[in-house]
Amino acid sequence: SLTKIKMARYSFDLSFFLARTHVNYEVKEDVAVIRMNDPNSKVNTLSVRMQNEMIEVFNEVLANDAVHSAVLISSKPGCFIAGADINMIQACNTSEEVTKLSQEGQKMFERIEKSPKPIVAAINGSCLGGGLEFAIACQYRVATKSKKTVLGTPEVMLGLLPGAGGTQRLPKMVGIPGAFDMMLTGRNIKADKAKKMGLVHQLVDPLGPGLKSPEERTIEYLEEVAIQCARGIVHKKILLTKKKGMMQKVQDYVMGIAFVRQQIYKNVNGKVMKMSKGLYPAPLKIIESVKAGLEQGPDSGYLAEAQNFGKLAMTSESNALIGLYHGQVACKKNRFGVPERPVKNLAILGAGLMGAGIAQVTVDKGIHTVLKDTTVEGLSRGQQQVYKGLNDKIKKKAITSFERDSTLSSLTGQLDYSGFEKADMVIEAVFEDINIKHRVIKEVEAVIPPHCIFATNTSALPIKDIAAASMRPEKVIGMHYFSPVDKMQLLEIITTDKTSKDTTASAVAVGLKQGKVIIVVGDGPGFYTTRCLAPMLAEAVRVLQEGVNPKKLDALTTGFGFPVGAATLADEVGIDVAAHVAEDLGKAFGSRFGGGNVDVLKTMVERGFKGRKSGKGCYVYTPGLKSKDVNPDIDDLLEKFKLTPNPSVSSDSDVQYRLVSRFVNEAVMCLQEGILNGPVEGDIGAVFGLGFPPCLGGPFRFVDTFGADKLVEKMRRYEEVYGNHFTPCQLLLDHAKDSNKRFHK
Amino acid sequence: YRPHGLRQSFTYRPHGLRQSFTYRPHGLRQSFTYRPHGLRQIQTKSKKTLAKPGVKNIVLVEGVRTPFLLSGTTYADLMPHDLARAALQGLLHKTSLPKDAVDYIIYGTVIQEVKTSNVAREASLGAGFSDKIPSHTVTMACISSNVAMTTGVGLITAGQCDTIVAGGVEFMSDVPIRHSRKMRKTMLALNRAKTLGQRLSLIGSIRMAHLTPELPAVAEFSTAETMGHSADRLAAAFGVTRLEQDEFALRSHTLAKQAQDAGLLSDVISFKVPGRDTVAKDNGIRPSSMEQLAKLKPAFIKPHGTVTAANSSFLTDGASAVLIMSEEKALAMGYKPKAYLRDFVFVSQDPKDQLLLGPAYGTPKVLARAGLTMDDIDVFEFHEAFAGQIMANLKALDSDWFAQTYMGRKVKVGAPAMEKFNLWGGSLSLGHPFGATGCRLVTTVAHRLLKEGGQYGLVAACAAGGQGHAMVIEAYPQ
Repeated sequence: SLTKIKMARYSFDLSFFLARTHVNYEVKEDVAVIRMNDPNSKVNTLSVRMQNEMIEVFNEVLANDAVHSAVLISSKPGCFIAGADINMIQACNTSEEVTKLSQEGQKMFERIEKSPKPIVAAINGSCLGGGLEFAIACQYRVATKSKKTVLGTPEVMLGLLPGAGGTQRLPKMVGIPGAFDMMLTGRNIKADKAKKMGLVHQLVDPLGPGLKSPEERTIEYLEEVAIQCARGIVHKKILLTKKKGMMQKVQDYVMGIAFVRQQIYKNVNGKVMKMSKGLYPAPLKIIESVKAGLEQGPDSGYLAEAQNFGKLAMTSESNALIGLYHGQVACKKNRFGVPERPVKNLAILGAGLMGAGIAQVTVDKGIHTVLKDTTVEGLSRGQQQVYKGLNDKIKKKAITSFERDSTLSSLTGQLDYSGFEKADMVIEAVFEDINIKHRVIKEVEAVIPPHCIFATNTSALPIKDIAAASMRPEKVIGMHYFSPVDKMQLLEIITTDKTSKDTTASAVAVGLKQGKVIIVVGDGPGFYTTRCLAPMLAEAVRVLQEGVNPKKLDALTTGFGFPVGAATLADEVGIDVAAHVAEDLGKAFGSRFGGGNVDVLKTMVERGFKGRKSGKGCYVYTPGLKSKDVNPDIDDLLEKFKLTPNPSVSSDSDVQYRLVSRFVNEAVMCLQEGILNGPVEGDIGAVFGLGFPPCLGGPFRFVDTFGADKLVEKMRRYEEVYGNHFTPCQLLLDHAKDSNKRFHK
Repeated sequence: YRPHGLRQSFTYRPHGLRQSFTYRPHGLRQSFTYRPHGLRQIQTKSKKTLAKPGVKNIVLVEGVRTPFLLSGTTYADLMPHDLARAALQGLLHKTSLPKDAVDYIIYGTVIQEVKTSNVAREASLGAGFSDKIPSHTVTMACISSNVAMTTGVGLITAGQCDTIVAGGVEFMSDVPIRHSRKMRKTMLALNRAKTLGQRLSLIGSIRMAHLTPELPAVAEFSTAETMGHSADRLAAAFGVTRLEQDEFALRSHTLAKQAQDAGLLSDVISFKVPGRDTVAKDNGIRPSSMEQLAKLKPAFIKPHGTVTAANSSFLTDGASAVLIMSEEKALAMGYKPKAYLRDFVFVSQDPKDQLLLGPAYGTPKVLARAGLTMDDIDVFEFHEAFAGQIMANLKALDSDWFAQTYMGRKVKVGAPAMEKFNLWGGSLSLGHPFGATGCRLVTTVAHRLLKEGGQYGLVAACAAGGQGHAMVIEAYPQ
């Protein structure tokens, strides 16, 4: 009869077991192993379902007398918990609702923290945001040294703060400076660093082939080690309060001085204001929440955290940043499907900055890469660039020197077309001259196999003009990379009417492999990104002609949220390139693209002021020096082209809106003309390719938030002074007329 | 001369030989459950010879080694070629081989003494071999002397040589410790400096940090991971427990002690160390107890690792040498060969996660080449780098999943029977002078085949770089 009772209990337990889909547990002798696995997603998130089941399991574990400790682990190979469920926050309509969510999270983690049975978090893969807050509420943390294991609090990048106790627990765990660094930058921390910081207690090595797949066995191994730790804590073999070292004692003492803490707050605050120009509220609220906890005690701290979390969730900045996050996820997918044949051999023509940059992001992705140039000098420079790029990764400990060497073995540098018969794709990055491009396409098509795709990396030449020289225009596509290729996330892919879907799918697949965020746009002069930038730069030149000096111009643009000022941007792009583009697009779009006098740029080029690459542009660049001074020689040049500013449209704010409205209007026009597939790609392209202020979420989100009507009103005012440069496009007018019309839902 | 005929005479195994196989106290055997006495009885069966038409038979005539000593002990003041010379002289002495009868001498070594980088040449000259005998040195980590032997086999097979001396040496009591790269650069520049001013400015450029020396590490160059660390991960990947490892280590030491006491390690020559005593025995054999072994803390992965100093092989000084000949030549010179050296393979795999799996990959491959199954093998001698590595290899060999997933085989070949496995101890207990171990393994197989009356032996070893070696050895009809 006893067995019967046991059986009955077993089946009762089983029914519970079956009812739960996200969290389960198994008792291994005296340790409960709690396993998380969201069946509907590749990653675990702290969704309502996950939380509810977790609380249920936690209660059962607490109630089970046979259990003395617990291990919290994910069954997913690359993810512990990737964070809270963003949709859960976005579903709220008021800050009070969000505050309540935060408080529920705080309560749950408080129970974990105060659990009488020690809980060991066993971390493999991403442990971010709410996931990290969960982990640091546990009594002990073990993490794998896998490359996928990252810990961090990325909330700030979504305009939020760690709202489930993170702002309160982190300073105690990793110290005040370390906690600020984590929460204000949102950066990912690798396992080794996390151990050094005191964020995790013990590390576990990832395993190779054994009697099971490496991933599966590594998780099992992590679990075994975590169980040992859990028992060790129960049996007091592992002490949770570590003996403090001398340094730690000194640090604690110093941090115990109120004055020192005040200085830190002030200092951090200053840094944040300098970097964010006060355009981002989240970092300030993070500082505020930490301060409340440390200065006024935990009750105030937790309350401040929850309330600030609620406030931040309702800000337009957070909305914009979350929009970008979703957009980025969308632009990391291939909406053109799987290409017929994967690109295994890629040839790049031109070993210049762009060509070598493309090689650099390709060669380490398992694609054999040929880098071809016409001269030994050019080729050597390019090869050195690729080598240096990889070598720098060694310094950051991202790869070993051996990995660099074996990666470089996939790179072939050459001056001829040998081996091109095996190429699956050719990307040309030669000089921006239609005649050279035509010659190249003909040369290449004579040697490549029929399936090979010809991609052209150009920033302004229409792809159909380049394709005109091709025997098979369906295989021709534009791939517009941004400089420096290894740093800039965006890739703008341009299709012509003739480009086949498979060619597009293949180009996107290659771009995704290269780690790019991709927008696919229609063909036309300047495509999308260059076309948006051109009128803004034209306006910037006019502003300079009107007597605003480059430093002031930079301050106005960065003050609006652009990470790089307009004058600096022109120097970075290259004054010659800017002149070239301004002239080309000016011809294509007519007087609407006017504004500043193109001759300003041309004269600068004539006098050798080509921007950073020539050492002089709007600024003077001294190698090794970070600060830069305005180029004194452009004063007389600007004097020569001087325009008299109209005071009614020349306030600082007006100058900012003149620059931005032309950008935004052009972006909306690209959507109107079908160059853009949708506002999401428009926003992503502008932010990731051109540095449009992330806090505004991109030109389309900006129109939604700012109001199309208000923008049109401003533009009309500028139009009166400057004419058609500021004529709003039809789509913008439509939105201005009907406030229900929005680009984003 | 017909090898097939020779085989015939071997089909009958004198039963008496079996009976005399009493080198092991029965009591101890009991405690190790791996060796049911009955199993050996059923192996009296006739097998074909592995001789192949048109391929020369190559025989092992003799094999010797110096005692393997913990580094830093009695050999501490020698140089590597001294040890190699001792092994060569021992071989000469034991075989009465005329000093000019050798066609070629090949030695394996891992950590090279820069002064004697071709240690084979320095040792053979000093050992009194004719200076007309060419000699070269090979390196392939822990299977360096295996390469030395197989290079010899190749030379004989190709008809270039008839008589080869192969061997290996490792001397860990002294290793090349270098100046830092910056310091070396300065010193080399100093060599070229012409004026006092140039010299002074170079000397002035030396900083304290430049004086930090570079120590050689037993770490993979490609991954920067130490071998012990990789072994610990390997053990974990195959779910090898600490207990299993300690048991295997204890087994190795216990068996080595028995073999030593019973005088079975007849390949060991005694060596009068200049300025020191005569050494005649390996000094790393230390049978302990499970309790003692359990006390040790993990040596590489802390605190949860399973590889300890006691279940790993230790740094060892030692040298070995073998005499390999074509069968015809050996018989013509009046030698009684000990064994045939048959098929061999070298394998290599990922140096990060499969660093020490050479035996698992090599064994099925060499068995397939020789047309044998695991059951056909009477004597196994695997190189014991770490107890965890051995256990992992045994588990890999015994796993269908591993065979299918990583080796492209339909089924596993199975693990060797423990009652045939490393019965006279292994690298864990006897010691492991990297470059010398291969010859020890081959000689031990030959000696065990003679002693135990088996027909086929198998040698397998792993090596740094993710490489491995396996060889089939056939008993020479006695």
